[in-house]
Amino acid sequence: MTKHKKSLASAAGTLALLTSALLVIPTLSAAEGTGNIDKGKAIAFGRTQGNCVTCHMMDDGESPGNLGPPLIAMKARYPDKAKLRAQIWDPTAANPESAMVPFGIYKVLTEQEIDYLVDYIWSL
Amino acid sequence: MINYRVLKKLVAAALVGGFVITAQAGPEEDRQAFVDSYKWKFPNVPMEEYVNGVYAIDKVGRENWEAIEEFPPYEIFIDEGLTMWEKPFANGKSYKDCFPEGPGIAHKYPHWDKQQGMVMTLPLALNQCLEANGEKPLKYKKGPINNILSYIAFESRGQVTNLEIPQDDPRAMEAYEEGKKFYFTRRGQLNFSCATCHLQNTGMQVRTEILSPSVGHTTHWPVYRSKWGTVGTLHRRFSGCNNNIRAKALEAQGEQYRNLEYFLTSLSNGLELNGPGARK
Repeated sequence: MTKHKKSLASAAGTLALLTSALLVIPTLSAAEGTGNIDKGKAIAFGRTQGNCVTCHMMDDGESPGNLGPPLIAMKARYPDKAKLRAQIWDPTAANPESAMVPFGIYKVLTEQEIDYLVDYIWSL
Repeated sequence: MINYRVLKKLVAAALVGGFVITAQAGPEEDRQAFVDSYKWKFPNVPMEEYVNGVYAIDKVGRENWEAIEEFPPYEIFIDEGLTMWEKPFANGKSYKDCFPEGPGIAHKYPHWDKQQGMVMTLPLALNQCLEANGEKPLKYKKGPINNILSYIAFESRGQVTNLEIPQDDPRAMEAYEEGKKFYFTRRGQLNFSCATCHLQNTGMQVRTEILSPSVGHTTHWPVYRSKWGTVGTLHRRFSGCNNNIRAKALEAQGEQYRNLEYFLTSLSNGLELNGPGARK
């Protein structure tokens, strides 16, 4: 009986540990993700950086242009996040007549900045 | 930074809103292709409206512009220009001696100068006049050149753009083709050509600015630009455009900008001159 109780208690403990681990790990990664998204947003809105609002209606961007399409439902439009990154890196690869700035190949943004930007744009 | 792959494609067979410019096309065919493209986009805008630039297609902007034109901000520059026109040089001669046909001569520029083998623009001709008479030439972007240009533009109102490329000197057509190539060449860190904004995306907005058509671009210079707080030249605007796309601005009245002006002016053939202009 005592032994049984003990094993129950230890099982409960293990379960509690597992549960907290399950809860804690996603919370941590989500927090990190939000940080990247915030950094990405700052880059997207920065006039000397992404300056995306000049051409795209997006998020809470004020007075957006319409030269490019509205940035909404991005996960549906780019199920493959790498393709979104490739589009930002060099839009003329997919469409030579694209009016979009080639942020990667022309070094308008750094690799790291583009990673943050992609995290943000993909969240829209 | 120049994207030759795109240039080749555009110049060889530029898709202009469904219309095609071929490499063999002459200036009149080029102009017609631009006009067709804009007509397709803006079927209700009459041709004579294109002299008003973006205000031909921007209703809200047009209201503000019409209010500005009630008390034209360029008027004092016209008056200053008249004084310059009348005032004798140190040698007793004046602009009138260089331009005996009078001040209403803007429609004669730019033209091919066979003797000098170059596109002759009005600002360049004014400075050649000054230098021939022992006077100091004027700067090409800012300052007094805009006064004399404002006066000449005002006196030229109602004249019609009629740029003819002479057939007796192949260099003239080469200059036109160079200007056309410049127009379609992507440049700068942001990788835009003139065509990206002013042909392919005319009428679209960057922030709150509507992109203007190139037909009509040359009819109303110099322009009082509220952003500048003064009147400025066409080549000053070219430099500003190049800076915006993070390209190195080229020399005002240098060969490249003069050839671009030659090509651009040809696109406005048949349109009335209505300078000086006012823009925000």
